Amino acid sequence: MFIRILGMAWRHPRHMVAAYVALIGSSAFALMVPRLLGTAVDEVLGGTEFNAMLKLAGLILLVNALRGVFAYGQTYLSEWTGQLVAYDMRNAIFGKLQRLSFSYHDERQTGDQMSRATADVEAIRNFVQGGLLRAVQILMLVFGAAGLLFMTNWRLALIGLAFVPIVAYRSAVVSLSLRQIWNYVLKTTGKMTTVMQENLSGVRVVRAFGAQEYEVEKFDVVIKDLSESHIRVSRIQVANSSFIQLVFAAATGGIIWFGGQEIVNGRLTPGELTQFIFYLGIIQGPVRMSGMIINNFSRALSAGQRIFEVVDAPSPVQELPDATVMPRVRGHVKFENVSFAYGDEPVLRDVSLEAQPGQVVALLGMPGSGKTTVVHLIPRFYEASEGKITLDGTDIRDVTLESLRSNVGIAMQDVFLFSATIADNIAYGKPGSTREDVERASRIAQLHDYVADLPDGYETWVGERGITLSGGQRQRLAIARTILLDPPILVLDDSTSSIDAGTEHLLRLALESVMKGRTTFVIAHRLSTVRHADQILVLDNGSIAEKGTHNELVQQKGLYRQLYELQLLPDEPTIDKTIDKLTARSQKGEARS
Amino acid sequence: MMHGGGFGGGMGGGSMGGGGMGRMGRRLGMDDEGELGSVYNHRVVTRLLSYVLPHKGLAIMSLLTMLVTTFTIVAQPWIIKLAIDELVDTGEQVNAGEQATVGALAFVMVLFAVNMGVRFVSNYMYQVSLARVSQGVLYSLRTRIFGHLQRLSPSFYDRNEVGRIMSRGQNDVNQLQEFLNLVVSSLADVLSLGGIVIALFLLDVQLALITLTVIPVLIGIMLIWQKIAWGTFMRVRQAISVVNANLQENISGIRVVQSLNREETNMERFDEVNNGHLEANLHASRLSAALMPTVEILTAIAIGLVVIFGGRQAINGTMEVSVIVAFVLYVQRFFDPIRNLTMQYTQFQRAMTSGVRIFGLLDTPVEVKDKEDAVDLPPVKGAITLEGIRFHYVPEIEVVKGIDLTIQPGETVAFVGQTGAGKTTLVALLNRFYDVTEGRITIDGYDIRDVTQDSLARQTAMVLQEPFLFSGSISENIAYNKTNASHDEVVAAAKTVGAHDFITKMPDGYDTLLKERGQNLSVGQRQLLSFARALIADPAILILDEATANIDSYSESVIQRAMTEVFHGRTSIVIAHRLSTIRNADKIVMLEHGEILEQGTHSELMNADGAYAKLYNTYFADAALAQIPTEAAPEG
Repeated sequence: MFIRILGMAWRHPRHMVAAYVALIGSSAFALMVPRLLGTAVDEVLGGTEFNAMLKLAGLILLVNALRGVFAYGQTYLSEWTGQLVAYDMRNAIFGKLQRLSFSYHDERQTGDQMSRATADVEAIRNFVQGGLLRAVQILMLVFGAAGLLFMTNWRLALIGLAFVPIVAYRSAVVSLSLRQIWNYVLKTTGKMTTVMQENLSGVRVVRAFGAQEYEVEKFDVVIKDLSESHIRVSRIQVANSSFIQLVFAAATGGIIWFGGQEIVNGRLTPGELTQFIFYLGIIQGPVRMSGMIINNFSRALSAGQRIFEVVDAPSPVQELPDATVMPRVRGHVKFENVSFAYGDEPVLRDVSLEAQPGQVVALLGMPGSGKTTVVHLIPRFYEASEGKITLDGTDIRDVTLESLRSNVGIAMQDVFLFSATIADNIAYGKPGSTREDVERASRIAQLHDYVADLPDGYETWVGERGITLSGGQRQRLAIARTILLDPPILVLDDSTSSIDAGTEHLLRLALESVMKGRTTFVIAHRLSTVRHADQILVLDNGSIAEKGTHNELVQQKGLYRQLYELQLLPDEPTIDKTIDKLTARSQKGEARS
Repeated sequence: MMHGGGFGGGMGGGSMGGGGMGRMGRRLGMDDEGELGSVYNHRVVTRLLSYVLPHKGLAIMSLLTMLVTTFTIVAQPWIIKLAIDELVDTGEQVNAGEQATVGALAFVMVLFAVNMGVRFVSNYMYQVSLARVSQGVLYSLRTRIFGHLQRLSPSFYDRNEVGRIMSRGQNDVNQLQEFLNLVVSSLADVLSLGGIVIALFLLDVQLALITLTVIPVLIGIMLIWQKIAWGTFMRVRQAISVVNANLQENISGIRVVQSLNREETNMERFDEVNNGHLEANLHASRLSAALMPTVEILTAIAIGLVVIFGGRQAINGTMEVSVIVAFVLYVQRFFDPIRNLTMQYTQFQRAMTSGVRIFGLLDTPVEVKDKEDAVDLPPVKGAITLEGIRFHYVPEIEVVKGIDLTIQPGETVAFVGQTGAGKTTLVALLNRFYDVTEGRITIDGYDIRDVTQDSLARQTAMVLQEPFLFSGSISENIAYNKTNASHDEVVAAAKTVGAHDFITKMPDGYDTLLKERGQNLSVGQRQLLSFARALIADPAILILDEATANIDSYSESVIQRAMTEVFHGRTSIVIAHRLSTIRNADKIVMLEHGEILEQGTHSELMNADGAYAKLYNTYFADAALAQIPTEAAPEG
């Protein structure tokens, strides 16, 4: 893992080398200053010329200036390297996430993916710029200073440097243990966010049930815990930093005390002693930072693991190297014995279906029966585990994903709006569409009247920072978005469930003209929506249970008939019977799987 | 006070029934990253101090120990100077061949040790008591904000997105926490700066004056740098939030992105913002890296000055060498406080802005309040009367225009009407989410404004269109309305609505944990749970607001079957699109533009051949006719 992170940094060798050069320069010059000061003290005591003094002062200035220049280079270059690594990683994660198929995303939460691309990337960056580079500086400073001190007076050097391992060890231990508490704090903060978020989003539920006090108590427990953990963190932090100060001060004291005796014994000059004091000052900071670097390092390791997990994730949907471009199809869709499993759990079993160009195919079934999966297999959002799907006779695995998907337009169940204007959202799949095209699509989707009434019309901003659309409005926008693509194959996945009956009626009429000349798949749970389809497929536990037109299926007295009765004949004895039948069926299905 | 947003606006709008129109009015200010107000806002500081007051003792302790700590820090170079004095003497004695001892040095070393010990203790106490004060303040701020949010009327939530309120409760509170720590640490900086200056003058006035000439230069450079850097750092913050927003959107919307073939376009766009972020950061780091050498060089100049002028005097014998060493040590400690102080400028501004926002939120008036002499609503039978009620969210735009309605205990009443007719508003008024502007609503003769909101809520239960569940177990969610419910009660409620079957099939049955908002359940299952939740407290009045609009036929049929039992023995008010639910109601109330158009039973209204009959024929024709297969379904 460490080597991979190193590899990411070495992709920018020039930056790395330059940063190291600058770092070595700045450390070297930093090490010269105490020596010069010590010399100054001895010269003054030895009663030297004023000119020598001037020279010394000039030298100090020069060394410091050079050190400044190198320090500038070091800070800037290491930031540069770190930012470049972060940039590479973000692009890699983003690109990969965009290509991973739905099955990957189904199993993961947005928040988790986000934290990989943000917090984990930051951890790596911190490590590259603070750890990878800084560690070398620390070593240089500590060993440089130690060497110089030992050359001057090894006994005193031993005393002065005894604190280095103690402090380094302590800060490493403390910062590692702090990390655990910090993780706990983060988790608790997350909990606080959840309680608050749920409370605010569910405000009507909270009010309707008069649960305010209960909510306040729930919140109180979390924030109490949070503030106690914070106090715990600062106790540990402060105890540690006070301890380090104490050790450092003790080292200074020790040097002065024993240094005094060495001076008495004539083995040390006062100037050299001063030098010792200044050197201690120089290495104090870096030594203290060693704990931070170890912490950085261990964070970077786990962050790297999480990042490479994404970057290395295999996508089940792969384009063949010799994939061809699929031309615009006529819309002949054929499933031949298609099965699909989610891990070990079979979702579709041996599904065969055929839709002629221009046909309307309705899919019906209970939740979890596999309707959505069927239509998601057409644009290869998932990869069928068995069987073959063809469009106009071409196996969909033989063509490029882009050309395949441009033949299929899907209005999805959960409508996602991007932070953009309504017009941009409608034209999302076809950037650069004219306003006329957008409006035409929006009219068909019965969205135009609403949009036209908004003060900013199509320029109204929606999404995070804009207005909120109702469920029905979002669905109509999704339909408009899909219509605009003018795809030969159109899929409406439960896209009218939140639209009220009146509007739905108008929408259906408008869509009739759109569906002409396209193969349309409709998923709906309102029978009124599916009745007019050329073909109705009833799915049950992942297989096609019934197939036919409305009239044929009503005669069959099977599942379709039962669903039909449920929705349209709500007198109780029938419902009771039907539910019992359906429940028995779904239990059977579950026992099978 | 602050620019942009704020709480200035007039009374809010917010239509409950339809879309997002007119949601202006009193909203929380936008949390634009770039907005900064003044560095000091008297009201914010005073209010904040009132939160510190309960922790007076600790706060004073923190300040005192901070003083002591600062003193010991400033004292240390001085003690080193004393030591060097002794050492130099000793050195001279050695040189002169005299008998040298370290006796006097021992005394200085004791001083050193004492100073060290005091600093250790006082620093610990200072930091810990500071942490406890600031955490205490934070805790009470959070409690206050959350409590206030519980009392604000739902119309507040119509106007303000959850994300924005969340950022008040989190980011802004965190900013204030930073601020508290900052105030104390800045004070420490100022004190140590002052201490150092005093020490320098005590050591040698002339040399102090010479050394201090660097200070104005340094401060000047810092201020100029600050001005240049400010915009740059702002751009960095904006750049990262653009990158994150882009990422977030692409991850949440990945399905749309892939289905619309936007991968490449989006990758290009991401690369653009990612690159923008890189550039912004590099620009900022060029600037921030420049500060360091500047400070270094200034430090070097100051040290050089000390060496030259101090050295000359030392050679002339008018100054001790130790004074020079002490000066150098002090000068090195000099620049950190100055740098901190200038850096913290923007942090102060940010904290003030956050403070304005937080206290603005806390000052948002609670619109629906219990009367001082409000009584608890005793157990009711469920007789509801609406007497000439009128209501508007925005003055002059009446949403409810004079409605009179009597509902008998145990009746099932269906509200029918188009989007925007006022159905949902009526239901909200019944729950007292808002107060009527005219007229009154009574339950069993009690004006709902005369009873406590708590007791009112306890006797009513509501099922909303979007089932909202909390994270926690299934049984916790059902028991939400009656937290002390026994397991048997939970099971009974689940059985009543027909949720028991699917719950027992879940891996952990009633203890199954729900994911974020119950995403491991289908919408229908979630709605079944919210029905069970509504029933567990056996409310006298049940309100169903489009409760079956979004769910699959199977779950709906389960609910339909339970309906009779659910409605039994309580007053039920139903808003529904479904014909079957409406038809079986004891009373159908047809609303239009906030007025009652007609009321009666299904057959009465069909016979009247008015608006209801018309609505029924247009909207439900398809379904209604399909119900009688012998008749042809008309197209169009």
